[in-house]
Amino acid sequence: MLAATSTSMTEAVWYAIRATGVVALILLTVTTVLGLLSASRARTPRWPAFAQVDLHKRATMLALVFLGIHIVTSVVDTYVHVGLGPVIVPFTSSFKPLWTGLGAVAVDLLAAVAISSALRQRIDPRVWRGLHWLAYACWPLAMAHALGAGTDARQLWLDAIAAICTVAVVTAVTWRIGYHRTTRRDAVRVSATTRAVPARHRPDGLHQTDARKRRVATSASATTASPTTVGGSTPTATRLLERDSR
Amino acid sequence: MTTSTLPRVERLLHTGPGGPIGPGLADHLALHGQVAIPTGDDPAWAEALQAEVASSGLAGRGGGGFPTAVKWNSVIRSNRRPVIVVNAMEGEPASAKDRALLAWSPHLVLDGAELVAALSGARSVVVCVADDRDDSARAAQRVVAERQRAGSPRVLAVRRPPARYVTGEESALVSWLEREDARPFLRVNKSVPLTIGRRPVLVHNAETLAQVALIARHGAAWFRQLGTADAPGTTLVTVSGAVRTSGVIEVELGTPVEDVVQRSGPTAPMSGYLVGGYGGAWLAPELGATPLAPAPLARAGASLGVGIVVALPTSSCGIAETARIARWMAGQSAGQCGPCVFGLPAIADDLELLAAGWADAGAVARIDERSRSAVGRGACRHPDGVAQLVRSALTVFAADAAAHAAGRPCAGRHRPTVLAFPAASTLSGGAS
Amino acid sequence: MSTRSLVHTKVRLRVRVDPVACDAFGFCAELLPERVTLDEWGYPVVDGTPVGSELVELATRAAAECPRRAFHLERVVGDR
Repeated sequence: MLAATSTSMTEAVWYAIRATGVVALILLTVTTVLGLLSASRARTPRWPAFAQVDLHKRATMLALVFLGIHIVTSVVDTYVHVGLGPVIVPFTSSFKPLWTGLGAVAVDLLAAVAISSALRQRIDPRVWRGLHWLAYACWPLAMAHALGAGTDARQLWLDAIAAICTVAVVTAVTWRIGYHRTTRRDAVRVSATTRAVPARHRPDGLHQTDARKRRVATSASATTASPTTVGGSTPTATRLLERDSR
Repeated sequence: MTTSTLPRVERLLHTGPGGPIGPGLADHLALHGQVAIPTGDDPAWAEALQAEVASSGLAGRGGGGFPTAVKWNSVIRSNRRPVIVVNAMEGEPASAKDRALLAWSPHLVLDGAELVAALSGARSVVVCVADDRDDSARAAQRVVAERQRAGSPRVLAVRRPPARYVTGEESALVSWLEREDARPFLRVNKSVPLTIGRRPVLVHNAETLAQVALIARHGAAWFRQLGTADAPGTTLVTVSGAVRTSGVIEVELGTPVEDVVQRSGPTAPMSGYLVGGYGGAWLAPELGATPLAPAPLARAGASLGVGIVVALPTSSCGIAETARIARWMAGQSAGQCGPCVFGLPAIADDLELLAAGWADAGAVARIDERSRSAVGRGACRHPDGVAQLVRSALTVFAADAAAHAAGRPCAGRHRPTVLAFPAASTLSGGAS
Repeated sequence: MSTRSLVHTKVRLRVRVDPVACDAFGFCAELLPERVTLDEWGYPVVDGTPVGSELVELATRAAAECPRRAFHLERVVGDR
């Protein structure tokens, strides 16, 4: 009788570890995608930026809850011995040290990001920003941990979830890089005619422009349809002006 | 054009039979006499000097026009010894007055700096000269050496920040002195002084300090003998454009703008006067009788700014010149604030197309709207200055603008510019 | 004491943007359109009229949400 209950307990814990792990991974995917989208300034009137960020924060909190249960159940589990130590100190587990370790690294990074975000109003914005960049590492580490340490790795259902999550994140990352590239290309000239101005009179201040300002420049002109850049087809206009004043 | 002959005014710059007098210490003392500058702290003397400068009505000559004696209050109540900064950056390309002062009356400037230092308890004075003005820097170093030899109790230094338009702005200048970053920052409360480390800083234009040195010698009543009741004293004005002799002259405040031009010998009928610099405004020739003083110029839609008058002949194109100014000023942006970084080049774009006769029908309205929108939304007054200049151009050269917009630009746009557009240094120094 | 001799000083709340820190994310305009509109490049144009009690919560949230901490709700004392 006792043996049966302890087996079912062990099984319940075992299911809990896997289930909460998968849910945490899905939620981490959701929050990563939302973070990438709002950084790319992708917004619509029905999905304003502050709503995206709000959802991003809530998804992270929910992910942390499931992650917490995942960690607790892993430690408590008697079938596979993963103590509390390996959770915090990566690669010290006796069970699949590498793959479990990657999960532990992800936890450490996520803790840093979460704590700094909780204290956001009190810390230097640049420190917060620097720490938040660590978040980019969390998702790939979590995915690697899921596929390497997870015992459902070769099951169809988990593979399907992993594929969908990967596609979502890769799409969002591509979007983010594309946004960055467009702004950088257009950033060197804020408007079309500037390019045509002879070097002697070219406003070098534009090349000095802070990278942040450059990123925003084109996003703003991309989202508003106004004719901000005038006369992209008349580069000779300024040459007419400067030609005789040498 | 009036034919009044302008009386010669010589307070800051003096000429003798052999030309301008100066810059050595001996000439300076022979001309102006000695002025007593306490070596230690003397509160009674300080209070007396501040009261004298206050009643003289002296206002800053660096473009801000702030009452000089009032500016000292921000620093006098501090319990740390301040640093006095002499702003001889002269970022306005059309101005040469600070250069002239350093070349011919540098001891007046340094007298003023040491007087303010003694008044505020400062032990060090920093003279800032742009890194592309080697002759002014040499003059500054010479005068500093002369004064040190003559036993000045203060630390005098010459620093050379990068030559860019905004570097002369107070917060940008102090920012460079502190951490080699010549970009302005937003000051929410101007009565809280700028600081270098923990020392408060007093930044004064070179000409303002020279005026202080004269007031300390001759008194407020003497100072007020010239100028008007609201705008007392004299000012240095750089006259250029369609004139026979361009250069720096000293005039009473309140002198009509066209009289100032008359003194330099106009060579053609004028279509407008650029007053105050590239951050100033155009004045229509019909308003040429406007006195060179803050209030009358403000009523005429312009501002005193730094003493500058550029006479634009009718053969030149006001729109084209404004387009060049706008483009240059856009490039001089520190690149920190969106409305400046994006607004100014967009305005310059439209102006260039307008000047070439290629602009669309909405260009003039768009330029005006963008100019108005740029005001007050930057960390400094750079976009505000450009906005004022551009909007004044649309008013003063309205007929011209309409013709250009209709596709009939004037031939004047091809004429060589009467303005100067120096190549600038990068924000942390080093000529480009 | 006659009320005419009392000096009325009002403590008002106003919103303000630090233009150097601002990177045109636009959260402030989304949350507080009553005081902030965006120009053609996405930068805020701030209305300086005092913020009444009904907008304080939104203004506080906008200040907290700004990714660059460029949006501020400040106290202004004066008769104006």
